[in-house]
Amino acid sequence: MNIIVLGINHRTAPVELRELLAIPDSRIGEALTRLRAYPGIKEAMFLGTCNRVEVYAVAEKGEWGFRKLEDFLVATHFSLSSEDLLPHLYRYSDEEAIAHLFRVSASLDSMVVGEPQILGQVKQAYESALTHRSSGVILNKVVKKAISVGKSVRTNTRIGEYAVSVSYAAVELAKKVFSNLQQQVVLLVGAGEMGKLAAQHLVNQGVKDVLLTTRNQHRAVMLAQRFEGQAIPYEQLRSTLPKADIVICATGAPHFVISKDDIESAVHQRRNRPIFLIDITVPRNIDPAVKDVDNAFVFDIDDLKAHVGHNQDERLKEAATAEKLVKEEVESMVAWVRGLEATPTIVALRNKAEDIKNTELEKAFHRLGTLSDKDRVAIEGLASAIVNKLLHGPLVTLKEEAQSQNGFAFIEAARRFFELRERDLHSLEAPSKESEVSDELSEESLSQKDSL
Amino acid sequence: MAETLSFLTMSLYFGGTVLFLAFLLHRSEVLAKVAVFVAGAGFLAHTGTLGLAIVTTGQFPIMTFRDAMSFFAWGLVLVFLLVGLKRGLQVLGAFILPLAFLSLVSATLAPVEASTISPVFQTVWVHVTLSILGTIGFAVAFVAGLMYLMQERLLRSKQFNVLNFKLPPLDFLDTLNQRSILFGFPLLTLGILTGAVSAQLTMGSYLSWNPEQVWALVTWVFYFAVLMGRVTVGWRAKRAAYLTIVGFAGVILTFVGILMKSPQAMAHL
Repeated sequence: MNIIVLGINHRTAPVELRELLAIPDSRIGEALTRLRAYPGIKEAMFLGTCNRVEVYAVAEKGEWGFRKLEDFLVATHFSLSSEDLLPHLYRYSDEEAIAHLFRVSASLDSMVVGEPQILGQVKQAYESALTHRSSGVILNKVVKKAISVGKSVRTNTRIGEYAVSVSYAAVELAKKVFSNLQQQVVLLVGAGEMGKLAAQHLVNQGVKDVLLTTRNQHRAVMLAQRFEGQAIPYEQLRSTLPKADIVICATGAPHFVISKDDIESAVHQRRNRPIFLIDITVPRNIDPAVKDVDNAFVFDIDDLKAHVGHNQDERLKEAATAEKLVKEEVESMVAWVRGLEATPTIVALRNKAEDIKNTELEKAFHRLGTLSDKDRVAIEGLASAIVNKLLHGPLVTLKEEAQSQNGFAFIEAARRFFELRERDLHSLEAPSKESEVSDELSEESLSQKDSL
Repeated sequence: MAETLSFLTMSLYFGGTVLFLAFLLHRSEVLAKVAVFVAGAGFLAHTGTLGLAIVTTGQFPIMTFRDAMSFFAWGLVLVFLLVGLKRGLQVLGAFILPLAFLSLVSATLAPVEASTISPVFQTVWVHVTLSILGTIGFAVAFVAGLMYLMQERLLRSKQFNVLNFKLPPLDFLDTLNQRSILFGFPLLTLGILTGAVSAQLTMGSYLSWNPEQVWALVTWVFYFAVLMGRVTVGWRAKRAAYLTIVGFAGVILTFVGILMKSPQAMAHL
């Protein structure tokens, strides 16, 4: 039994390929059913975001499982062939797979380290898997842990506190001037990409109103639709400035579009309420002299980059702390998974011994005829003592070694020595019960040992 | 007992001051928690001191300069605990705690008046309490103005450091500044009116034009102008910050004036 993950992300594949592998929400159920239908795939989960497509599975045999997952991914889009896809795929199994999921969930594997969306996306993937019953005991436990690790990284480190994109830095700086962006009016001048991105971030923060103006009125109207804002004729830019709390300037013009005088009069009309200006283009569109106007705060692209640079350093520092946190959690998770492997073996071994003991006792009692109760108890005690003492060593070793690097080898050896069949091993289902059983077992065997 | 409590209060405020200043320069949430805890403990000890004084003397301890300063510090810390913690702005503590601590220290430096001035008329008591409450408002406005200017300067110079990260947004500070004055001004007005009434009752005239009275009136006119300026011609943001800092300097001068005078002067203001 192996936990495996097969996937592509922003580092291994271009967006064109990632797009092809995307599965719309409405078809997730069908996809998960298809996954589970592969023989040998016991549990499965599909994680799709704009930067990654990953399939997590619990497979009977790792190598074989990877091939099935490859088939699955290739089959998601008719135009895909395995030659296109295979070079871009990464594969992790067991400890590495768990570590990968934990790092993904903690946003350590993201394009922008520390970005907050991924945790929600992992949750969503998990919920889909639950809804469509494609996950089971092992994935449930591992993914739930991954989500809690993601949360704990967010709360215990400051990995998500610093904006690391230039457009988002605009939002962060705006928040140093305005405590509540929901009461602010944004004016976007021009239709440059960076400007639109910054405006989008502000809209996501729920700004009160968006005003848009470009030289090309038609374009302004289009943008207004996109941002659910209001297009302003370009000639009215100056008269609109006083209404705007946040101005983003991103025209392609090679000259200043907003002068110091414009801002001075705007601040005056605003009765000194602060105005926040972002000049996101090169060459600059806002006269740098605006910085001398009281209650006007202007930031150009270099300022934003400086802010981002400062933030990135902070994030990387935080990421190192987060990695440590993740590593610890991976270790305990791996130990759990390995214990899970040992438990059915131990249970099967004990059951087998019990069966043999009972059969042999039946035979012996039958041959000996009438016996006093005292004799029966003595004979039963003898049989139990032999079985328990004989099994004690192997059971203890199994439990201990299950946590070690060669855990699987010991379990495999035990299965062969005692001729334990697959059927015996899969007779148990829920993991919580299994661990309870194993705890009871060890206590039981100890107490029996003491009493004898 | 009273001595121990007030010493404990002062030590805790000092500890809180140091912790908050350290918090200002380091990214440590633990530091903030410890600082708030120490400040809270200081506040409890302080409240205990005041309570004890009420129990032993049977009246609210405000009639000596030392008591008045102590009450002023107590109110400041209370404002911090209410506003700062509700809004998650531990950073306020880095400004308010030092002020509270300094007030307590300055109170101990004042000449010790063995006995309190017996309030011949209730109005004196009311006058002092109202004036102190008004002053607390102006002190908070001063702190907000100071923080505003710091944050403004950091943003303008594009210094994205720990301090910039911790200080609240400009408009919050401006609003805090405005609200504090709106809180302090009516109280000061009432304080001056009750002062005038008690002056009339004790000395037979509402106004005797002594320096403290003049300063108090100047302060009143100043804050009145600050408020009016905000409403009419937009004296907000940076200008409001500067004005409230200047205004608070005036308030401190009034206090120093009282300190220089005989204890009797308290009743005359």
